[in-house]
Amino acid sequence: MIRFENVSKQYKNSQRPALTDINLDIEQGEFVFLVGSSGSGKSSLLRLLLKEETATSGNVSIDGLDVGKLSNRKVPALRRTLGIVFQDFRLLPSKSVFDNVAFGMEVIGKNRKEIRERVPEVIELVGLEGKEDRLPSELSGGEQQRVALARAFINQPKILLADEPTGNLDPSTSVGIMKLLDRINRTGTTILMATHDVAIVDQMRKRIVQLEHGTIVRDQQRGMYGHTGH
Amino acid sequence: MRTSFIAREVGGGLRRNFTMTVALIVSVAVSLTLFGAALLMRSQVDRMKGYWYDKIQVSIFLCGENSLAYNCTGAVTDTQRNEVRATLEGLKPTVQEMYYESSNEAYARFKEQFKGSPIIANVAPSAMPESFRVKLDDPSHYDEVAAALEGKPGVESVQDQRKLLERFFQILHGLQTFALAIAGAMLFVTVLLVMNTVRVAAFARRRETSIMRSVGASNSSIRLPFILEAVTAAVLGAGLAAGTLVAVKQYVIDARLQPNLTFIAWVTWQDVLAILPWLFVVGIGTAVLASGFTLRRYLKG
Repeated sequence: MIRFENVSKQYKNSQRPALTDINLDIEQGEFVFLVGSSGSGKSSLLRLLLKEETATSGNVSIDGLDVGKLSNRKVPALRRTLGIVFQDFRLLPSKSVFDNVAFGMEVIGKNRKEIRERVPEVIELVGLEGKEDRLPSELSGGEQQRVALARAFINQPKILLADEPTGNLDPSTSVGIMKLLDRINRTGTTILMATHDVAIVDQMRKRIVQLEHGTIVRDQQRGMYGHTGH
Repeated sequence: MRTSFIAREVGGGLRRNFTMTVALIVSVAVSLTLFGAALLMRSQVDRMKGYWYDKIQVSIFLCGENSLAYNCTGAVTDTQRNEVRATLEGLKPTVQEMYYESSNEAYARFKEQFKGSPIIANVAPSAMPESFRVKLDDPSHYDEVAAALEGKPGVESVQDQRKLLERFFQILHGLQTFALAIAGAMLFVTVLLVMNTVRVAAFARRRETSIMRSVGASNSSIRLPFILEAVTAAVLGAGLAAGTLVAVKQYVIDARLQPNLTFIAWVTWQDVLAILPWLFVVGIGTAVLASGFTLRRYLKG
């Protein structure tokens, strides 16, 4: 599904490479935690998948599609197969919950009928039924992240990328978000989540890929944050 | 993307940026009004030149039935006409080309030139003199031709076609250049305003655009609302400019100038309507180019 082959990334104006010789295979339906301290290369890795950046060397492919060689015109089509959630939610402050979720369908040209059918389904999935007309400012952080998750999932992406989705949330709220991600994962969606939330990683017991200074230092099934498992 | 969605985005953008939008509309309106005025002056010159102005330098009008000139004794005869033709032939190569125009042809061209003017009703076909229209190898040889033909039997008058209107055209031409220069300067201001408006709008909506990009909106659909905002303002400005030109035709030319200066052929509605689409073409074109260029720089992937 997702494959990194000997991928390195060197940013201009930067002394050391952000990623060095990364090899990584993620199968369809997997749930993978990407862990490591700030600056270890987690975000760079996600950015390569979104083609916000291009690898300096090596191949990044999704579903057999060579992301690095994708022309700019085809990047939007790639992003439609990916859902993305960020630490800071990135909701539109002037739009209601419904409109924020619908936005994901509107920008890719879905018609009103499809939107009216699909949006309530997903709002229910994330547990926000009855709050469709609220503005983001009237919601708690956890609820805002649920809206963001609904928007990311609205077009039924094959892959969901989450960049520190619980970074701004308290532990109990984070648990709710993780349950939701787990539910989304059970629908067959591959999830790649960058985080340094030890408690969550340890609780979930999923595959862990740990980055340190731009290289993979650990890749472990059903891992715990602090333990190498040996 | 759905039109209602785009319309909402555009409407919201214009409202949010209200003062800039007004400035943009006004500057588009002013520059296009001046541009339109310059085109109108050109049409006016063309109108006044009539059919012959750019083709010939000398007109030799022949006597008609009611000519009052002292050497006319009734309408020109065939012999006299042939005599004039022979004289002109003899003046080659000073006379480069000559055309004969019958009274009926003259009347038809007169009607075309004075289209829409009440003067047509007062002129009968027989009042239009037949003529020879002569093109010279060099306009300064006018005197030579005039000397050979003036006072000849059957010749009512010899006219230097250019002397009559030259001064007036020079003034109009000056005004036209002036209007075009200001229109150009205003258009430049408009371009800067469009660029600034779009830049501010792109900055104000960077959150929307980054989200649009992350959910896979195409580049064109991300840029479209911004371009449409600029185009909407340009269309409103062009509309104001078009309205101004129509008002000038209606309330200045038709209501004031034409009734008082009936001997001048004024621009017709047809001339005015031919100009209006160009205002929209220039306005929309400027908006699309300026905003597209700005977005390339500020909304990069």
